[in-house]
Amino acid sequence: MSGISIWSISLVAVFALVMVGLYGLLIVRNLIKIVVCLQVFAKGTILIMVVAGGMQGQPGVGSSLAVTVIVADTVVTVMALALAIQVRRSFGTLDSRVISSLKR
Amino acid sequence: MVVQALVLASMLLCAILAIQAQRLLVSALWLAGCSALLALALAILGAPEVGVIELSVGAGLVTVIFVFAISIAGDESTSYTSLVPRSFARVLMLLFLCLLVFLALPRAFSPVLPAGPMSVVRAVWEIRALDTLLQVAMIFCGVLGSLGLLAEPRVAVSAARKGAQ
Repeated sequence: MSGISIWSISLVAVFALVMVGLYGLLIVRNLIKIVVCLQVFAKGTILIMVVAGGMQGQPGVGSSLAVTVIVADTVVTVMALALAIQVRRSFGTLDSRVISSLKR
Repeated sequence: MVVQALVLASMLLCAILAIQAQRLLVSALWLAGCSALLALALAILGAPEVGVIELSVGAGLVTVIFVFAISIAGDESTSYTSLVPRSFARVLMLLFLCLLVFLALPRAFSPVLPAGPMSVVRAVWEIRALDTLLQVAMIFCGVLGSLGLLAEPRVAVSAARKGAQ
């Protein structure tokens, strides 16, 4: 058990979190639900920034990068939800298959 | 270490339930729980500043925006069949996991270096000062963009005013 530390557990959790987010992005069709999956993916990214900074002995740099990720992710979420609301106004649905006009 | 493992496991459970939930509002609430548990995990890892920001922004602001958006767009059921077959999605996920393990596992058990002297405050305000300024600019861009997206078209507004008169 010497190699297993708090950092390796966090790294495994990052793997699992990113996988859950990716699976959700692949199977979900509701536009707001897609943003939820993107948020799950971004939470894995935030955690890996802090873990990598701590493992390399540079916790300050890792934390500041994690703050950058949080800010960028929040802005992306707000814009995506505003877009989803406009899509709902224009098309009357949140289904991503209905709004694609390429398949007609 | 046990506490951290428990917190991370419940965070994963919240994330899975957020994706599995049929109602959008329930999904948003599970996401808020996931965010709060992530903040706790970050505080245990020795980054309480990031944890506080994640708790206030991720669990607070984003949840409020989600509930606002769902209340406008309507809580329609999300039980569509998926675009790609689920088996194909699982295979892709396993391939992705293999890639991650191949790239990152050699480093997972490497010795943890001792923490350097640099603090978060110095990293944010001195070394990455330009990035911080750009983040402020990005927040303003986000606000202006969402205002532009959510604004009513001018024609519709004037037509509604005429109708009211």
